[in-house]
Amino acid sequence: MGLESRLPEGMVLTTTLEKLVNWSRRYSPWPLTFGLACCAIEMMHTGVSRHDIARFGAEAFRASPRQADVMIVAGRISQKMAPVVKRLYEQMPEPKWVIAMGACASSGGMFNNYAIIQGADKIIPVDVYVPGCPPRPEALLYAITRLQRKIEQEKFKDRA
Amino acid sequence: MPIDYLPILVLVVVALVFSVLALLVPALLGPRRPTAVKLSTYESGKIPFGTTGRRFPVKYYLTAVLFILFDIEVIFLYPWAVVFKKLKLFGLIEMGVFVLILLVGYFYVWRKGALEWD
Repeated sequence: MGLESRLPEGMVLTTTLEKLVNWSRRYSPWPLTFGLACCAIEMMHTGVSRHDIARFGAEAFRASPRQADVMIVAGRISQKMAPVVKRLYEQMPEPKWVIAMGACASSGGMFNNYAIIQGADKIIPVDVYVPGCPPRPEALLYAITRLQRKIEQEKFKDRA
Repeated sequence: MPIDYLPILVLVVVALVFSVLALLVPALLGPRRPTAVKLSTYESGKIPFGTTGRRFPVKYYLTAVLFILFDIEVIFLYPWAVVFKKLKLFGLIEMGVFVLILLVGYFYVWRKGALEWD
């Protein structure tokens, strides 16, 4: 029960507070430590010094969904893994965002068969899709900046 | 002079203000939407089962205690090794006696069968 559902909208105080909250959320999108397939290797690569995900405040990969803000679905989701992914998403506290990394997480990719969920958005809401098989670290970083742009524009009432 | 400790006081005040803010602001601003799934135990996305109060073999206890005993012995060896040359022969004999005492204990434990797992 945050202030989000209680504050009147359009007030100067509300919009200023909104900016402050969005600013702080934007620069600390902590991802969940969670890799499903080969995209996870690129995700790890994004964290190393060469690409340095810390430039965007997202270096703190949390080992518990309780502390995570962003779920990076890095890889194909098999039918067996789907309930696990869903449960992890549900255990993340609000506000939370999802990046579907790579072709498989976005659409099932080349695995057009019964074993693979045809895109993460079949089970959880996705904010940013990253194309590539697997995407390069630059692509994931770009996705994080796109997500930051989205977070920046969020309104309290959208989440109330 | 008490004034020399001013930086420590400043540090304490800053730490206090920061930690209170860090608890207060999220409590006010953070949305809280508890659900049954969210409040349940985190088990890497699996459905948790059983209770946490599980029974485990007491054999671990014995092994742990013995480990600590002989671990301390090794820890004592380190500072002794640093001043080994200064202590000359006396140090060597002294440490030999110490290790011997523990060696007696080791053989006792061995004979008692505490090192047998089953």
